[in-house]
Amino acid sequence: MDRVMRMSSEKGVVIFTKSSCCLCYAVQILFRDLRVQPTIHEIENDPDCREIEKALLRLGCSTSVPAVFVGGKLVGSTNEVMSLHLSGSLVPLIKPYQSLLY
Amino acid sequence: MNSTSTHFVPPRRVGIYEPLHQIGMWGESFKSNISNGNMNTPSHLIIPSHQKLDNNLSEDTSHGTAGTPHMFDQEASTSRHPDKIQRRLAQNREAARKSRLRKKAYVQQLETSRLKLIQLEQELDRARQQGFYVGNGIDTNSLGFSETMNPGIAAFEMEYGHWVEEQNRQICELRSVLHGHVSDVELRLLVETAMKHYFELFRMKSSAAKADVFFVMSGMWKTSAERFFLWIGGFRPSDLLKVLLPHFDIMTDQQILDVCNLRQSCQQAEDALSQGMEKLQHTLADCVAAGQLGEGSYIPQVNSAMERLEALVSFVNQADHLRHETLQQMYRILTTRQAARGLLALGEYFQRLRALSSSWATRHREPT
Repeated sequence: MDRVMRMSSEKGVVIFTKSSCCLCYAVQILFRDLRVQPTIHEIENDPDCREIEKALLRLGCSTSVPAVFVGGKLVGSTNEVMSLHLSGSLVPLIKPYQSLLY
Repeated sequence: MNSTSTHFVPPRRVGIYEPLHQIGMWGESFKSNISNGNMNTPSHLIIPSHQKLDNNLSEDTSHGTAGTPHMFDQEASTSRHPDKIQRRLAQNREAARKSRLRKKAYVQQLETSRLKLIQLEQELDRARQQGFYVGNGIDTNSLGFSETMNPGIAAFEMEYGHWVEEQNRQICELRSVLHGHVSDVELRLLVETAMKHYFELFRMKSSAAKADVFFVMSGMWKTSAERFFLWIGGFRPSDLLKVLLPHFDIMTDQQILDVCNLRQSCQQAEDALSQGMEKLQHTLADCVAAGQLGEGSYIPQVNSAMERLEALVSFVNQADHLRHETLQQMYRILTTRQAARGLLALGEYFQRLRALSSSWATRHREPT
């Protein structure tokens, strides 16, 4: 889906979320702790919500939200983010986008 | 006289195995019991002070029961007013009768409770024999048993009992093997078996969470001390690292660095999930609280609330995923022998927690 491709290829860390999803919130907290300010696309109240979800699943995301993209490439959902982080591979991935502050 | 398998402590003077005898005794020795001061009556059996008859029950009472101020008046007037004596004796008999009835009701209550307790104990024994995992003493009984009505949970409890047995066996094997001499290949096999065993538990918990997420969230299958450390339905991944680390004597610089990074990322992931959980609790509370006053137990946003509860299942799965990954990373960083020692330490830690729960429960059973 065009919109999804466009939104996900934005620079930096992009996360598709739903405001009602608390795991999405958890993932955002994690990135905040890693000194990254991701671009958040909240799809809950979007008219194309269902389409976007389907597109995200088609792209290979295990659950539609949260869907994390870094530098235009799909990283995955909560599972994948956690696994990457514990194996030490997440930080190198987001290093270019880490804030120097705090 | 008292049943040793119960926590149930009857009042000292009441033999619950001989209620009728006691009631008879109660009536006859009522006066003398009061005067002897050995009546260990519960408060509702004590004669209400407005009857003012305690004073007349014994000639030599020394307790200050309510109504004492009238004592001297009565003593002075009884010699001159025999009908007053009669009236007082009648009132006395009436009070004694009421007291006997109250006592009877109380004893009947005790009897029923005792029977119920025996029933529960029999259920417990039966469940244990069938391989259900039953936590120590009275800690888990009432909550634990209502859950076994759920077949998914009943299956989990049975599987968990087997899981613990296998776990104990593996720990024994690790212990003996580490004290002796064993090939690296053999040791590696043991370590991988132990790891797979933990992963199997996470799989079991996932099914159980689908059956009843609250059961998993509350750690109902665990002993009380284990439950004290509960974090989203299991142990904290960061705690796991804390337990393991002191047991690794020699570590390379790379290992030290890797462990350090793992500790940090584990803590960050844990914090993120914890905050997500908090948000879930807040939003659920808001859902339940929403609406006008006076709606009683009707939940205006019940659908929304139910959706939140469904989300709990994902959280439990995520927490187990974190535990899985922590174990996996530790295995990657350590040598086979270090991993074996770590798994032994972890297994023994949980065994000790379970033993602590037993000690605690038994401590409360000792007669005071």
